[in-house]
Amino acid sequence: MIKLGVVYVLAGLMFAAFAILSAADRNNTRRFGNAAFWGLVALSLLAGDRLGDLGNGVLVLGLAGIAGFGLLGRGQPDTTTPAERRALSERFGEKLFIPALTLPLVVIFGILVLKPLQIGPEHLLDPKQATLISLALAALIATGVAVVLLRQPLISPLQEGRRLMDTVGWAALLPQMLAALGAVFALAGVGKVVGDLLTTYLPMDTRAAAVAVYCLGMAGFTMIMGNAFAAFPVLTAGVALPILINHFGGNPAVVCAIGMLSGFCGTLMTPLAANFNLVPPALLELPDRYSVIKAQIPTAIPLLIANMVLMYVLAF
Amino acid sequence: MLILLGVAVVVIGFAARFNPLLVVVAAALATGWAAGLPPLAVLAAFGKAFNENRYVSVTLLVLPMVGVVERAGLQERARALMLRFKGVSVGPLLIAYMAFRQITSALGLTSIAGQTQSIRPIIAPMAEAAVETHTGALAEPTRHRVRAFAAATDNIGYFFGEDVFVAIGSILLMVSFLATSGITIDPIHLSVWAIPSALAAFAIHAVRLLLFDRRLRREARP
Repeated sequence: MIKLGVVYVLAGLMFAAFAILSAADRNNTRRFGNAAFWGLVALSLLAGDRLGDLGNGVLVLGLAGIAGFGLLGRGQPDTTTPAERRALSERFGEKLFIPALTLPLVVIFGILVLKPLQIGPEHLLDPKQATLISLALAALIATGVAVVLLRQPLISPLQEGRRLMDTVGWAALLPQMLAALGAVFALAGVGKVVGDLLTTYLPMDTRAAAVAVYCLGMAGFTMIMGNAFAAFPVLTAGVALPILINHFGGNPAVVCAIGMLSGFCGTLMTPLAANFNLVPPALLELPDRYSVIKAQIPTAIPLLIANMVLMYVLAF
Repeated sequence: MLILLGVAVVVIGFAARFNPLLVVVAAALATGWAAGLPPLAVLAAFGKAFNENRYVSVTLLVLPMVGVVERAGLQERARALMLRFKGVSVGPLLIAYMAFRQITSALGLTSIAGQTQSIRPIIAPMAEAAVETHTGALAEPTRHRVRAFAAATDNIGYFFGEDVFVAIGSILLMVSFLATSGITIDPIHLSVWAIPSALAAFAIHAVRLLLFDRRLRREARP
């Protein structure tokens, strides 16, 4: 059975290559900072299970130190100039879209065909990780298609990957760091304290007030924790189950479904949901780190209000 | 109450725009200290969780492919495509993308599109070109606003599509949580009741995109 471990090895080798190419990049004044940073990421992916918990903790301190003290620069691999790109885009035409379309097609193939496939009693892919394994396979195939079809140098996937990786920089590791912070919060019982605060001091004597507390609480708590999944058990145990469902007789499916989506409105408004809100500005080279959040807030707030109305109307 | 120190560190650190990686480590150490845990135990817990969450970073594997097609001129091609369809302006373009993203997510195909593989190489350049055909060359702040809107549209389509799919993580979390509280629920009911909010999200964001489109045209007129 193919498990996620194979994917980690693949990603680890990619980051190891980024580290080596970074170290050799004389155009980057901080090349050794980049080499160390991507090297640590490679180490985590290749040998994370053998480092021990404390070893991984020290590795994280290393990553934060390199990024936090400004030791990370931006590599400048040889790439095509804007004029060359315009010429190439005319020469290749619509062919250029083929690698980008190969990626989703292979993902779909993986999910629909490879995932159910069994060799004897064993699954070909670990069923729990099939989507991520398919994505890795798709990335590999699409890269091959791009290099062959567009006749690009063999080293270009690694050099161009490094160019984009340096564009994103430390932000790329933030989602994983925040997930780890969530685990520390859970260990210390932060969720329970916030949940108790909300449920003790807020009025919930009418149906409308209870709906508002639940939906706003889900959004607010999600903003603090960066993730609606962390907010859901706390708020549902504190507000939805005792008050909305048991006391006012609300339909649990409606209450929970819309409650979770109220949490997603919070996700749109918090920098702690880094992979959605902070990585894209880095990827799109936007000067304001919070520009995507700013574009989302005016959708999130009316939507949160709409969710409260929907829950009030549909659940009872 | 002291336990919330870590939350305070996060809020202040992000607001003051310190490096977020440092803020997160500081918040973890502060939370552990407030909870009376020894620092090394906190560091070990943090390291363990970091290692267990490596799958979050697997999506970065698509970067080499995106880089190669950019090197060969994909962004320029995506732009040129929009110059041929002069009638399509940025509002309807992004609304169409949102519909695609929301519908495919609702079918469980959440990873066929995304910020790295769709927005940066294709959708953002198309959106910029769609504005340029109507207003001429873009000022940098306007270009940045268009890109931010493209990224936001991907998130909104994804978030409010995925919960309509039965076998997504959040639905499974709700089912198992309700089961431990003695309420048995069929996942299909949760996904059906996600539809009204999904439609509301589409409608609200579509209106915003159309207003954004109109504002850009008005700004362009001297």
